[in-house]
Parts: sequence; structure tokens; C-alpha cells
Amino acid sequence: MSDELLVYPRRDYGMDHDRYAWSMLQDRPPVAWPDGKPLALWINLSIQHFPLSGDKPPVAPPGALTMPYPDLRHYTLRDYGNRVGIYRLLKLMEHYQAAPSLAISGALAERYPQLLERLAKTSSEWLGHGWNMLSMHAGEIDPQIEAQWIHNTRTALEAFTDQPIVGWLSPGRIQSANTPELLVKNGFRYQCDWVNDELPYTFRTGEGEMTCLPSSLELDDVFVLTQNLHSEDSFAQQVIDAADLLINEGREQGGRLLSLNFHPWLVGQPHRIRTVREILQALLVDRGDAIWHASPSHIIAAAQA
Amino acid sequence: MSGTTQHAELALYDYSPYERRPKIEWPNGARMAFWVAPNIEFYELDPPFNPHRTPWPHPYPAVPGYSIRDYGNRVGHHRQMAVLDKYGVRGSISLSAALCEHHPEIIALCAERNWEFFSHGIYNTRYTYGLSEDQEREMIEDAMATIERAVGQRPAGYLAPALSHSNHTIDLFAEAGGLYTCDLFHDDQPTWVKTRSGKPFVSIPYSLELNDTIAYVVQKMEPRRYGEIIRRAFDQLYEEGAESGTVMCIPTHNYQVSCPHRLRAFEEALEYITGHSDVWVTTGREIAEYSLTHLRDQIGSHSEVSA
Repeated sequence: MSDELLVYPRRDYGMDHDRYAWSMLQDRPPVAWPDGKPLALWINLSIQHFPLSGDKPPVAPPGALTMPYPDLRHYTLRDYGNRVGIYRLLKLMEHYQAAPSLAISGALAERYPQLLERLAKTSSEWLGHGWNMLSMHAGEIDPQIEAQWIHNTRTALEAFTDQPIVGWLSPGRIQSANTPELLVKNGFRYQCDWVNDELPYTFRTGEGEMTCLPSSLELDDVFVLTQNLHSEDSFAQQVIDAADLLINEGREQGGRLLSLNFHPWLVGQPHRIRTVREILQALLVDRGDAIWHASPSHIIAAAQA
Repeated sequence: MSGTTQHAELALYDYSPYERRPKIEWPNGARMAFWVAPNIEFYELDPPFNPHRTPWPHPYPAVPGYSIRDYGNRVGHHRQMAVLDKYGVRGSISLSAALCEHHPEIIALCAERNWEFFSHGIYNTRYTYGLSEDQEREMIEDAMATIERAVGQRPAGYLAPALSHSNHTIDLFAEAGGLYTCDLFHDDQPTWVKTRSGKPFVSIPYSLELNDTIAYVVQKMEPRRYGEIIRRAFDQLYEEGAESGTVMCIPTHNYQVSCPHRLRAFEEALEYITGHSDVWVTTGREIAEYSLTHLRDQIGSHSEVSA
């Protein structure tokens, strides 16, 4: 076997790449959230379009269609989120005066303008979430195609909202080697795909720095409910256990962040929406004194203040 | 695979039925030796291609897999360490040796707590698979020397990187001066291991069943159920230990057990275990040294020549 297996080109201090600096959360200066709250809460809703297509991307995102074309069962189950689930979630969020950010597939601007007009009436911050759930920023994807997806997503979403789109969550939290550079070139200032921390940090690209605001995968509803196959009650319990631990740490060590990501096609189902209600009740009401619920841009600004 | 046979019945230890074994007495009359083995690993973002095993499920850059493991070192380590401190447990670290170079801060924190460092290869993205015997010897020695330079003590134990083995792995590690292996899951007590050099060498029960990554990623357990199975395992081994003398290990990963939704289950299990008397809370090295010094007959060394 070749000697390459025993050659270690990046075996040195810090990371084995140049994307960000090595540091331990507990060694950094403590973060202070507004009003001395120990825990910041970021809620995101991922509003996704899964095209009815027989194409198989190089990497399938969670929720991807799986059956031979036409996969009506999964297409319509995902479409349910954009017809029913999102409205159920919006009603619940309004009841709790929650302000989730919205990561949106750009293709929905063309496909469901009514939905985007409705979303524009909320106070939510929007993030680009790829053109659709087949446009995977993965592997050997042509950088020109990838750049076009990013540009088109931003342009399509900005046609519906006055706010600039500066945040990005890739489908499946997957990136190609070029994604960070292409995001910066297209005006994005933060991305959420590298889930290697619990606080925002500086991410380097060949086009200048951006921020990474990690969006927790381990507490993502799709990950817990459809990959781990945990019960709805366990999901709520896990979120609450996480919040309690982070509140304690936040009091002792400096501000912490809990990030939650919900999918309308999953938790917008009638048997699951109650779990979202329980989570919002536990966090925003029962632990309201300890939690600062804010948009991603406000959280980044406060963390970097 | 450089001429090695692909079929060979394992001959590393003799068969020994659990019933009617001579009893093991742990120090101070303890009925169980209990240890926690935090794996502290470094996975490379861009490892060389190895045709025998692919490290990442995604093409380069494998952001999801890489990120969560980095999270373990950046965020999870301190969190797990605080819980182990709270219950008076010294970790026995299964260490990717290159972490001594990448993240010396973590090494320093563990060294000042007098934790044990044992070898887990260079990186967890570099496998034993495909190495010649000489190459594997070089890799094992590199890891031993790197850890010894960093902490001042040569490692006593080995868990092969990513549990990748050859038919020489345990022989080579014994010849490099190792005392124990964590790679064998055949027993709840230490077992004398027959290596080709005949050096005193022992298998110490580690555990795949209680390993947090197996529990969370393979078995997809709910966090509180993980805490529950740890307590059930403890109850059984503690009860039996009064008659047999048992070993219990909880192998952990700072990117699994330390996630904020999971740490509580681990903490409650540790609180439960350390709340019992007659439990020797110790390290892998101390169990190995005690076994090789005081328990030769009990662990099956009768057929071996002392080195």
C-alpha cells in the first residue's frame, strides 16, 4: 500500500484546514446577551421545495424523494408542509409571539408566490435555503451552476421582501468546496452549515470573512424524529433538557445559544404540532426569564459586540 | 492485504467459561472495577483515500461529519470533563495521537487531572487496513512516541484507530511495550492475551454495547434510555461482582455524550454508579497493571511464559 497512508500534511497546531481558527468555547471571553439572559434561542423554519423529479443528486438531503418517478407519496408529503403545515406553525408562532427565521427554497418564489407574500407579512428574518432540495451544493458541482443557484435564490426571495437576504442554510447542511466563497460573492454574510460550535464564529473564505452561525443538527426535528426515530415526547424532552443545561452554563460561564430547526412538512402534521406547542411553552413561557429569543442577525450582532 | 490469510480462527485467548472461574478480588475488596474511556479524536477533513474503508459518507468537504466531531473538541470536551470531575472519575483517554499536536490545550487539561492517555492511532481517519506489518508497526510506534512526548508517559493501552485491525495489531502493540488492549469484547473480566512475543498482555473490558456512539448513532437511542441501559448494566455487573469480580467501562465521545440534550443522562448514570460502595473507580492502565501483577491465575495466564 502506498506510503500516502502514513503521510500527514496538516499534522500541526490548530485545524487541518484554513476555514476557521481553533478555539474552545469555554476559553473565549464570555458572551453577554441583552438583559443578562443566559440563553439565546434561535428558532428556524425550513420551508422547502422538493421537485417531482427522477433526478438523483450526488448527496440526498433528509426528506429527499426515494421512490421511482413519479414519487407522488413523498412529493405530496413534502408539499403538505407548504400548504398546511406552515400555516399551522405560523399560527402557533403568533400565539407565542415567537419570531422564527425562515430558510426558504428560492424556487418557492416562482411556485407559490402566495406563500411568500404571506411569509413577508411576518417579522421574520429570511435566509436563503438553496434553489430547491435537489440543488445540492455538494461534491463536484460546477461552480458556475452553484453560483447561479445562490444568485437566483437571493434574487427570487428579495423580490418578496424589503430585507436583504444575508443568511444561508444549505440543503442538508452540505457544502461544496466552493460554497463559502460563492456565498460571500453573492452578498451573504453568514451561513449555518458547519455545526462545530454553539456560538457564531468567524469563517474564512477566499472572498473575505463571513460568520458561521451553527444550526444544530442533533436537535433538528427531521434528525430526531425521522432519522433517530425518537418519539415526539422524547423530542420535546431533549429540547428542554438541552435548554436547562445551557441556561445553567450560561449563568456560570457566559451566554449560550440554543438553535432549533423545524420543518413544516414534518412537525406541521396534526399529531406532531402539539410537540412544537409544548416546546414553545417550555422555552418562551416557563423559562421566559432566562431566554432571549431573537433573530439570527441579532444573535450574531450580540455575540460579536 | 500483503499476504495475510483472510481466514484464521482467533487464537489470542483460551476459552474460559464464566461459571466457576476463580474469583477476582479488586483492591480494598471492591467487587467491580469501573472506568470511563472518553475517546478524544481528530478526524481529518481531507484524509488520503484508503480502498478498504471510506471515512466520510459525503464527498469532500464532508461538512456534517467533520463538524460534529470538531464540535466535540471545541465544546463537548469541557462539558464532559466537568461531569467526570464532579463524580471523581479520572478519564482514560482513547487518544488520536495527532491531537497532541492539533489541540495541546485539551491534553494539558487532562494531564493536570492525572487522567490516563492510551493510544487510539494517529487520526481516526487513518485505518490499519491496507498497511503492511512494517507500516503498522511504524504507525503504532509513531502514536506511542507522540503521546509519550506530549505527556511524559508511554501509553499502556490500545484501541485501534476506528477499530480497524490486522492480524498483527495486538502482537505489534505488545511488542511496542503496551500492556492492554480495548479491542476485544468477549468478556466482562480481564483476559490474558497470548501474543507472539509472550509478553504479559491483557484484554480489559471496554464496551461496544455501552459506547455512546454505538448507542446514539447505531442504536439511535433516546438519551434517557442510554442512561437507563448504563444503570441496568451496572446493577447486573455489581451484583455478579460480589461473586466473580467484574469490570465495567463506559466509552464516550465528546461529540455524543456532551451534547446538551444528552449530558444529563450520562451524569445521572455516573451519580448512580459512584453512589455505590465497593466500586473501584479507576483507569484502564490501573486495571491492567493490577491484573498482570496480582491476578495472573484468575485471568488465565497458566499456559504462558513470563517475559
